[in-house]
Amino acid sequence: MAEGLGKKIVINPVTRIEGHAKISLFLNETGGVKDAQFHVDEFRGFEKFCEGRMFTEMPVITPRICGICPVSHSVASAKAGEMIMRISPPPGGDRLRRLIHLGQTISSHALSFFHLSSPDMLMGWDSDPASRNIVGLAEKFPDLAKRGIRLRKFGQDISLHVTGKKIHTYGIVAGGMQSPITEEGRKAMLDGVAEAIETTKMGLDIFKKYRDANLKEVDSFANFETLYMGTVGPEGELELYDGKLRFMDAGGKIVGDQLDPAKYLDYIVERPVSFSYLKYPYYKPLGYPNGFYRVGPLARLNMASKIKTQLAQAYLTEFKQMGNGRPVHGTFYYHFARLIEMLMAIEQVKALLDDPNILSKEVFAKGFRNQSEGVGSSEAPRGTLFHHYTTDESGVLTKVNLLIATGQNNPGMNRSVLEVAKQYVDGNNLKEGMLNRVEAAIRCYDPCLSCSTHAIGSMPLSIEVLDHEGQLVRVVKRNG
Amino acid sequence: MTPLAAPTTTILVTIDEKTYSADPGETILDVCKREGINIPTLCFLEGVSTVGACRLCLIEIEGTRKLLPACATVVAPFQKVKTNSDRLKKNRRMTLELLFSERNHICSVCVANYNCRLQDLAHEVGMDHVRFPYLFPDCNVDGTNKIYNIDHNRCIMCTKCVRTCDEVEGAHTWDVRGRGFESRIIADFDEAWGTSPTCTLCGKCVSVCPTGALWHKQSVQNNMKKSPEMVSELTAKRGRKG
Ligand code: SF4
Ligand code: FES
Repeated sequence: MAEGLGKKIVINPVTRIEGHAKISLFLNETGGVKDAQFHVDEFRGFEKFCEGRMFTEMPVITPRICGICPVSHSVASAKAGEMIMRISPPPGGDRLRRLIHLGQTISSHALSFFHLSSPDMLMGWDSDPASRNIVGLAEKFPDLAKRGIRLRKFGQDISLHVTGKKIHTYGIVAGGMQSPITEEGRKAMLDGVAEAIETTKMGLDIFKKYRDANLKEVDSFANFETLYMGTVGPEGELELYDGKLRFMDAGGKIVGDQLDPAKYLDYIVERPVSFSYLKYPYYKPLGYPNGFYRVGPLARLNMASKIKTQLAQAYLTEFKQMGNGRPVHGTFYYHFARLIEMLMAIEQVKALLDDPNILSKEVFAKGFRNQSEGVGSSEAPRGTLFHHYTTDESGVLTKVNLLIATGQNNPGMNRSVLEVAKQYVDGNNLKEGMLNRVEAAIRCYDPCLSCSTHAIGSMPLSIEVLDHEGQLVRVVKRNG
Repeated sequence: MTPLAAPTTTILVTIDEKTYSADPGETILDVCKREGINIPTLCFLEGVSTVGACRLCLIEIEGTRKLLPACATVVAPFQKVKTNSDRLKKNRRMTLELLFSERNHICSVCVANYNCRLQDLAHEVGMDHVRFPYLFPDCNVDGTNKIYNIDHNRCIMCTKCVRTCDEVEGAHTWDVRGRGFESRIIADFDEAWGTSPTCTLCGKCVSVCPTGALWHKQSVQNNMKKSPEMVSELTAKRGRKG
């Protein structure tokens, strides 16, 4: 293998993210990073094999795309179905769907922060990879690790109480929900609220302490300007379940607001690239590549004018201060944004459980196919998700388009890998900790790669280093 | 002239080493049902004719090398029947595996999940995996009917729908075309169900279908309850059996 020549480092598969990915780092002649590519190699053709099914089945088929955000898929599916039927769920069904969706946000965000990302902050980037995980965390910070696990369970238990299943939930249907919840279930869910809030605040503290101690690193970690997109409520407030789309430019100017998600194709174009199954979507009015945008917690908090729950609003104010009147572009701030969202979600769960509609027995509206097309969207933990269905006269699907959060963050993830690799990777003296930082750039987005390529399964990560002649210099492989 | 009275002599049969009395003309399945001996069945439906198609109810009779369907074999004096030998157990499991591998059964997303006779039987015989390669035939979903759908991916060709539609409803909308692996349930002259002039939308076929092949449009995953006994009760009230 030629030493001293341009090399390519490939990280494959990335650890502590969901799905299967590979990172290639191209080195220049002096061993510095010249370019980086984040590839997703797996493709399961979900869109294709849903063709021929009835659109009403989609809310139970599409959650199978992903074990982390099944509810978001189910909700987007159900909404698309409701558009096809031209109906909407009764208030009871609407509340239950919101509730279960928040539950999933909590369990997913808790997993992302406590299980996957906090080890870097608490144990150190360069600490032994064998214990730089939830198990190591449990040894060193047993109380925190247990709380993190219980917080995730709090979110999953909401699914359990609402639908009878923790993961691939049943019961979300076009028209509402299949069945109401019980008073016992409501009480059981309420019981966990206080601790969930406490634990989330502990997470926020961990982040803030880490930031204070490492301000330069945190601020410079994959800090680059992009547009942002996400869902907001009618007053521009942070909204995770249902609302209208907002686009913000890199300077913080709102360039599109209260846009109908059903017309997403008017604003978003997906561009295929040769090295990944993920496409490169961009904001249509600004074209390619100026229209790259990011989605997910960082995007949502950058765009939200406010948060309607008290505790989370206080943190939003802090977040906005960190941006100094501009959007916060630093990728590491995804973690902070995620924790703030989780806090809001828990507060909203409490409010919903106190809402008398939550026990309503009327949770389902009946309907039949009334038009051929339907689009449903939802804010998945990782960002905005669109399901777009076209049906024939009998309701059989003839076309399915799924635009997934991780797909939309793909340009951002690529850019982040490049930025971080340039900053930390020295091709002449490769260390595990450097590569861990590169992976961490990906982990900020908490990508569910299985879902963005519509694949299933969680896999470990590896990094490859190749020289400019395409010669493999080094492969770092680890189990997830 | 009074017709000859049917022979009333009781027949003695031995089933799994115990002796039972049976009426002439009764099937082995009739006796087993009465005596609480479990024999798995799929295509048998009380109240409509018997076809012996699924081969799940096979039993062993001493002196006969062939396995015989309990639903279609009448009792004979001093028959010695085995209903649960190792050979039968193996055979049943294989039959079920073949049924699963023949079409596209994805329980987790099926309307009949947890309410499915095929799934129940797979559990009952301990079918933890399928040893045969899946055939993945290209089957369609016909959603043209106003109220119901038929998904050929999930059909096991038990023909309960065909017999019920013909013998109970009297419409004979359903029939079978093709042979073996190629066979399919068809509406009238193989047309879209929604355009069928004979279908009365009674829904009996949907009630008797043991899988999620026939389902109500309003049903979603695992909430499609089947009620084959509805047809059996109806025919019993009409004074007809089998
Ligand atoms: S549609 Fe149902 S009842 Fe009819 S043959 Fe197929 S499985 Fe049997
Ligand atoms: S039940 Fe006897 S052959 Fe099907």
